[in-house]
Amino acid sequence: MAWFSRKKPEETTAAPRRTAQVAEGLWIKCDSCKEIIYRAEVERAGKVCPKCRYPFRISARERILTLADTGTFEEHHANLTSADPLGFKDTKRYRDRVKAAQQKTGVGDAVVCGLARIGGLPTVLCAFEFGFMGGSMGSVVGEKLTRSIELAIAKHVPVVIVAASGGARMQEGILSLMQMAKTATALEQLGRAGLPFLSVLTDPTTGGVTASFAMLGDVILAEPRALIGFAGPRVIAETIRQPLPDGFQRSEFQLEHGQVDMVVDRRDLKETLRRILVFFNE
Amino acid sequence: MPDGLDFEQPLLELEAHIAALRALDDPLKHGDEIAKLEERLQRQRQRTYASLNAWQRTQLARHPKRPHTRDFIKLLFDDFVELHGDRVHGDDAAVVGGLALFEGRGVVVVGHQKGRDTREKIARNFGMPHPEGYRKALRLMQLGEKFGKPVVTFIDTPGAYPGPGAEERGQSEAIAHNLRVMAGLASPIVSVVTGEGGSGGALALGMGNRVLMLEYAVYSVISPEGCAAILWGDAARAPEAAEGMRITAPDLQRLGVIDGIVPEPVGGAHRDWDAAAGLLRGALRQALGDLAGMSARHLVEDRQEKFRRLGAFEEESRTRSG
Ligand SMILES: [Zn+2]
Repeated sequence: MAWFSRKKPEETTAAPRRTAQVAEGLWIKCDSCKEIIYRAEVERAGKVCPKCRYPFRISARERILTLADTGTFEEHHANLTSADPLGFKDTKRYRDRVKAAQQKTGVGDAVVCGLARIGGLPTVLCAFEFGFMGGSMGSVVGEKLTRSIELAIAKHVPVVIVAASGGARMQEGILSLMQMAKTATALEQLGRAGLPFLSVLTDPTTGGVTASFAMLGDVILAEPRALIGFAGPRVIAETIRQPLPDGFQRSEFQLEHGQVDMVVDRRDLKETLRRILVFFNE
Repeated sequence: MPDGLDFEQPLLELEAHIAALRALDDPLKHGDEIAKLEERLQRQRQRTYASLNAWQRTQLARHPKRPHTRDFIKLLFDDFVELHGDRVHGDDAAVVGGLALFEGRGVVVVGHQKGRDTREKIARNFGMPHPEGYRKALRLMQLGEKFGKPVVTFIDTPGAYPGPGAEERGQSEAIAHNLRVMAGLASPIVSVVTGEGGSGGALALGMGNRVLMLEYAVYSVISPEGCAAILWGDAARAPEAAEGMRITAPDLQRLGVIDGIVPEPVGGAHRDWDAAAGLLRGALRQALGDLAGMSARHLVEDRQEKFRRLGAFEEESRTRSG
């Protein structure tokens, strides 16, 4: 039921939008600590708040640049696009939403996948584009992830997926739900092939994405302060008719409750992945 | 008629009228009238139930008198020994399961369980499981696998419970883990959506080699109310959302998500539990029979291929790299 937290009618998916505007202006306000900070300083720190270490949301392409060795990323399955299987329309037609998201983000759908090297080690690397309909998982996302996992099996390399998603994409109805089954099935096959899956959870990772491939990592890493959960906080607060405590469902909470292996600073993420990949490679 | 749905009312009134005539001292005097009314009732019934929309079906799927998992278990199986607990945290009453005999053969049964009266509804958390419910289901499915027994699952939930305890104990992990284990389970799995199939909380019991749906059951990625709240900021527009999301059994069969529709007695399963169970028994017998001869490997491949195919997308033929 609770893949999506409630928000304005124009918004179609997923978790509340709290992205700081890193794009324009000399100064920006951190959404986590509310400090006004110098933009160049944020950029230098890898789009992390220099005051409170909150990692700002970044695009799939930016994420790949921070993790893949320079020039090694080779994109796959970029030719898959949404088919609007239900002829869905709310305040806008689903087809139009997809087109608008493609124009806004420059990617075909909410995940970018390919082969890469991380610290010299070959992997399949997939990164979510939260700006594309809240990173929601419909048929294209499910199919790209599944093909990427199958590519990893064929190439005999590990899989790294960096999630940022509000969950399943309701405009594709039940077919979105089935992508949970499909990606979990692919990971079952990856495991039987003796290959590891490293799951990186970033702000936010909720709903049908958390409740499928994202929580099936052999190792699960999380960026600091990322919202990670099944239900969105708004839905939970409405259910229990009480406000939620500070830090509820954040990475540190999930670490404390045994749901993730470690919380890793963005600047240390690549090196941490490399160390883990070396373990599996040896 | 306390529990009648809007579209049921005219039928229920007509039924009451006929019953009243029959109860008169001299029913023979009214024989012609009764016959006429019964003919009208039948026509009207057929018209009503042949054209139910998604929202009306949702109401039938949630009907307070609809048979729940334990009712079906009682009617379908020769014996049932309920087992409890996830061996980790507790026993979730929103999921029931155990060892059953189906036409003389041992099967493991697991299903969501809603309550009937207020007290039971609360005790069973309205059929919304916590992680321990999914972990109990997982344990029982693996028990079936260990002893080569088929697994039958019944799906009837508004969804997994969105509460603090559920989050603390890993609701997402519990659901995800079930999906992965079901994908590789070396026993036959038959899943039946008997009522409400509410998103991931339903799918966590739903990765069958055969997925069946009762005629008026619904199955969706999010509840119609939740969908309407997000799209239009108005949960009251749930009927539109129900229509748009394609949540009915015929819709899901067209989309390739389910393998068969189990007919319900006229008016819905709640009108005649025995007849509903009888129809389901036939469908179960056939599904289990189809899978009985398959090797463990074949069963896993069959299930994996089934879920691998699901989805709809466009693919430009150009290959791209670099
Ligand atoms: Zn800050």
